[in-house]
Amino acid sequence: MDGELLYTRVPDEELLWHPLGPVTLVYHVRSGITHIVMEPVPEILAAMGAGPIGAAAIAVNLAQRFDLPPTDANALIGARLAELETLGLIERAARRA
Amino acid sequence: MHEFRVRVGPAAFRVGSAWKAPIDALRRLYGDYPEPALVDFTVRLDPARPWRRYVRPSVLIAGDFMLPDAAPLPLAQGLLAAEMGMNMQMALGWRRHLLLHAGAAEKDGRALVMTGHSGSGKSTMAALLGEGGWRFMSDEFALLDLGLGRRADDKTAAAASQESGAILPFPRLVSLKNEGIGAMEQRVPHWRLGPRLRGTPKGDVRHLVPPAAAIAKMDVPAAPRLIVFPRFGEARAVRTVAPGELFMRLTQASTNYVALGQAGFAALAHFCQTVPARAIDYRNGEEGVELIERLWEEAP
Repeated sequence: MDGELLYTRVPDEELLWHPLGPVTLVYHVRSGITHIVMEPVPEILAAMGAGPIGAAAIAVNLAQRFDLPPTDANALIGARLAELETLGLIERAARRA
Repeated sequence: MHEFRVRVGPAAFRVGSAWKAPIDALRRLYGDYPEPALVDFTVRLDPARPWRRYVRPSVLIAGDFMLPDAAPLPLAQGLLAAEMGMNMQMALGWRRHLLLHAGAAEKDGRALVMTGHSGSGKSTMAALLGEGGWRFMSDEFALLDLGLGRRADDKTAAAASQESGAILPFPRLVSLKNEGIGAMEQRVPHWRLGPRLRGTPKGDVRHLVPPAAAIAKMDVPAAPRLIVFPRFGEARAVRTVAPGELFMRLTQASTNYVALGQAGFAALAHFCQTVPARAIDYRNGEEGVELIERLWEEAP
């Protein structure tokens, strides 16, 4: 297995955010698709900063504000990142050596 | 070709027909509506085949926007064909507002929106409210203002109500169906009703001319105060619909949400954040009206 996957967020101006109670609406300007997401997706995207960043570093950022499960946090965040890439809300940047 | 023009709220239609009878029916029922010089949409009632103009006349709904698999209707249902054709133009072609498949009524200057599947009772409920102290706004499409094209220096009341995403009226003829027909036949004078069309794809249909005040105020918007999801024929119940679920259900209830892009997203997200939503089950029209009146009083 190669190194950890790194991702960047799509440019901020391409996403319109609208919190709506427990869900958050995300309108992707380029595709015209509206996504309805729940935690931890908005939190993960906020923790990504300017990127590129991988699951482990995101877990460190999130752990400063939330109680994360001690063992499988990286795997959980990695799975969400893969979903977000499929949706086009983040882009794969590189693979850490 | 026989022709009829009518404006309903912001939308102007031309209906052309190979037969005179549907146009005569439209002229009678839309007698109090304005006749526009220019139109947004054209609807045509054509024979399904050339000889079907005379032999077992069969009406094909055509126009600017068409569904390829729309089934023809017998000439006796020509009025329904014209109404379906006008609805089809709105559903497929309207871009100036977010279109919600919903009824609407106004009271105290604010709008009630009612959305649900065909048969949920929204047409009957909008008609009942229109006869009982509310201004009928629509039984089929509620138009949500997108806040576009407004001058920054416009401080009028109409502009202020649009600021918050107003509902615009679309008070076309009410399409009463099945049980709803009997409920309204007891309440309105005969001249406000069209012919009873039996055995249509939607069951029995009878068109109702909205109250005169609804037609006179077809250009007066109202800021939304409450949205309900009525369901006819179930034991009385009320449930709060969370904003996220409301957003999802309204994207499904809108025929042009995707086409409007960013403007539609902004308008609908704002609506869902600011307008309380309730799902109501009711056994009959009286119970439905009573529930709505109670929820209206409780709404902020």
